[in-house]
Amino acid sequence: MTSLLDHSRGETVGYSFSQSTAAPVRQHGFYPYTDNGGSTLGITGSDFAILAGDTRSTSGYNINSRMVPKVFKIGGEDETGEGAHIILSVVGFAADGNALKERLDAVVKMYKYQHGKSMSVSACAQRLSTILYGKRFFPYYVHAILAGLDEEGKGALYSYDPVGSYEREQCRAAGAAASLIMPFLDNQVNFKNQYIPGSGEGHALEQKKAEPLPQETVKQLVRDAFTSAVERHIEVGDHLQVMIITSNGIEEVFHPLKKD
Amino acid sequence: MNHFPEAWGRPRDDVYGAYNSSYLQTSGPKTHTSSPAVTGTSVIGVKFNGGVVLATDNLASYGSLARFTDVKRLRSFGDKAVVGFGGDVSDMQYIDRLLESIDIRENYSTHGNMLNAKNLHTYLAKVFYKRRSEFNPLWNHVLVAGFDGEGEPFLSSADLLGTTFSAPHLATGFGAHLAVPILRRVFPDEKPIEEISRDQAVAALKDCLKVLFYRDARSLDKYSIAVITKEGIDLKENEQLEGQSWAFAERIKGYGAQTN
Amino acid sequence: MTSIGTGYDLSNSVFSPDGRNFQVEYAVKAVENGGTAIGIRCKDGVVLAVEKIITSKLLKPGANKRIATVDRHVGIVSAGLVPDGRHFVSRARDEASSWRGTYKGPIPTSALANRLGGYVQAYTLYSSVRPFGVTSIVGGWDSEADLPVDGQVGSGPESGAGGKVKDAQAGGPGLYMIEPSGLYWGYYGAATGKGRQAAKAELEKLDLTSGNLSLADGVKEAARIIYVAHEDSKDKEFELEMSWISSLDGPTKGRHEEVPKDIREEAEKFARRVLEGEDEDEEDKGQAEGEQMEE
Repeated sequence: MTSLLDHSRGETVGYSFSQSTAAPVRQHGFYPYTDNGGSTLGITGSDFAILAGDTRSTSGYNINSRMVPKVFKIGGEDETGEGAHIILSVVGFAADGNALKERLDAVVKMYKYQHGKSMSVSACAQRLSTILYGKRFFPYYVHAILAGLDEEGKGALYSYDPVGSYEREQCRAAGAAASLIMPFLDNQVNFKNQYIPGSGEGHALEQKKAEPLPQETVKQLVRDAFTSAVERHIEVGDHLQVMIITSNGIEEVFHPLKKD
Repeated sequence: MNHFPEAWGRPRDDVYGAYNSSYLQTSGPKTHTSSPAVTGTSVIGVKFNGGVVLATDNLASYGSLARFTDVKRLRSFGDKAVVGFGGDVSDMQYIDRLLESIDIRENYSTHGNMLNAKNLHTYLAKVFYKRRSEFNPLWNHVLVAGFDGEGEPFLSSADLLGTTFSAPHLATGFGAHLAVPILRRVFPDEKPIEEISRDQAVAALKDCLKVLFYRDARSLDKYSIAVITKEGIDLKENEQLEGQSWAFAERIKGYGAQTN
Repeated sequence: MTSIGTGYDLSNSVFSPDGRNFQVEYAVKAVENGGTAIGIRCKDGVVLAVEKIITSKLLKPGANKRIATVDRHVGIVSAGLVPDGRHFVSRARDEASSWRGTYKGPIPTSALANRLGGYVQAYTLYSSVRPFGVTSIVGGWDSEADLPVDGQVGSGPESGAGGKVKDAQAGGPGLYMIEPSGLYWGYYGAATGKGRQAAKAELEKLDLTSGNLSLADGVKEAARIIYVAHEDSKDKEFELEMSWISSLDGPTKGRHEEVPKDIREEAEKFARRVLEGEDEDEEDKGQAEGEQMEE
């Protein structure tokens, strides 16, 4: 007992309760993201824009479903998207993609209700960037592509990184097979590494100049890009969803892809 | 006796050694579920002409311990939809109570504009997504079965991340590996659900449950099965797997039949 | 009411020298002007009925319900100020839901009546509020079966400790009436509103205490009583609204529901037939009902 009485207040008492019971800070065991695979692709022309994506949804080596569309109409009047003039594709973490789509859809609708006119594609593009950046420190894990027609009626395409960095482009591939499709697009849309025959020797050889492609050519490019991606990437396949936006509205078609 | 009242009645450190207080987490980070505790395994479901079937076994495991053997993992929502739960059982109970309160509120008004299975699935997916975004997930993977707004059979999945997908036949957990291939063989993708009869669908699910019982170590031969048609929900919660064949075990060393 | 004008009737929470709270008594007056509402506790269920005076031809028939569902197994009908009734129902729903949150099961009708009684009573204590201008009838069916806990996953042991008791009887019908003072009693038959005198007289004739009246007959009697109670204000058109809660093996399976149209119309036909029959021999019977029914 004497040893206990020797202690004075303020000193460390030799009892356990004066010890810190604080546990070391633990990491969360929960990872809030997953990759649902798939790929998307957008190309513009002089009076149209095309957004396409496969409809496979995956979890690891499992196929969740063969029909989960990735391309959405934004700001339409009902669930079918009737009357929309902007389209969005999202690829990556599908739950984030859905949440992002629903937020942008609500924003574009509210814009119309409040201002009495449709949101321009460029305004929508900036707004989408803001939405993405708003979650800079807990990002929407998606690569988004937005498409529509600009004020001059030309095809407009905007591509984004997960935290809202964006630029307007002629064409862009995103998702699992982006690294397979993008070089193909560079060559076939922007004519990279294509030269004018007989224009010169060595460095004098002249680059073939890129110009907007006709709709039919682009449609075929999209289908070729995907049939090729399907061959080499296991997360891509099942169906190809294509949306074409022109001054006549939005046309949506589905093509079969290999299901292996 | 000393004048540290907080020390009275406690074992003395100089006699017994310091008390191990590590289990008393009085401070430290706020903790959320980072792994499930008591869990249910696969949920399987198929659409057929005029409805949907859903099945689970009646087991709740605690790790590798078969903890509860009469657990009802199919939960009906009013007389319109059934939710099949895989994953954490306490989170299932939380969701069940949540759905119960919604059902009661829906019935305050007599005109009975009840939520259909599709609405329910959308709602559940948003609950899951919200909780995952708060880093406090509801650790489940569910299938929702019933009818959509058009009166067509509806079957869709939602998981702890808020990921959603839909297909004519679905399975969660181990079933995604073992049941889906069987279902795909019986009901190929090309086969419209109009050509699948109720009896065929039920028989196929029973086959799947059998295979799951053979190969999923956290499964049981007691199961629940729900058939949802326009007439209502036919829910059987205490079924026994019939016609098991363990003949294959004869040829496997370690299953008992061999003598050396 | 000789004390009127003495100032003791102006504020809630102030007693008059002879021990009355006038605000509460005025609230009762508001109730006495409301459409008749009744409840009958039958052996296998509870019926609630209300006389809805049609105040405008522009109101859609069948719309604007006056009987509310509080939880699956409980309904409430009130007489008096309709908005007060709605607030009362809203509180009842919160209580029922909070009970579920705590106990993971449905609130017993008696417990709900108790909580609501307490709630109404609180509105007689403060000068900043006025009492409820409604008398409400709470009808419910407490499940006679061994109810699962909300969200329960297993069935529990078949026998032995924690096991099921065979043929254990529990639950049954519940009927309570809560007045503006917060006073509430359990009743075999309850009536409030304009025609309560006549309704009470009719309810007493039913011999409800013996517990023989079936729910099916209860519905007919309820319709008839509302028709009888309406006799004094014959010039006004009215609509009959009825709801019921049956036992688990009955037509509503323990739930509070509106009485289906065909059954209600059948009951109304019965009510009219009986009433017309009575009219013919009423002359020689004379006035039967007196004031002695009022307590």
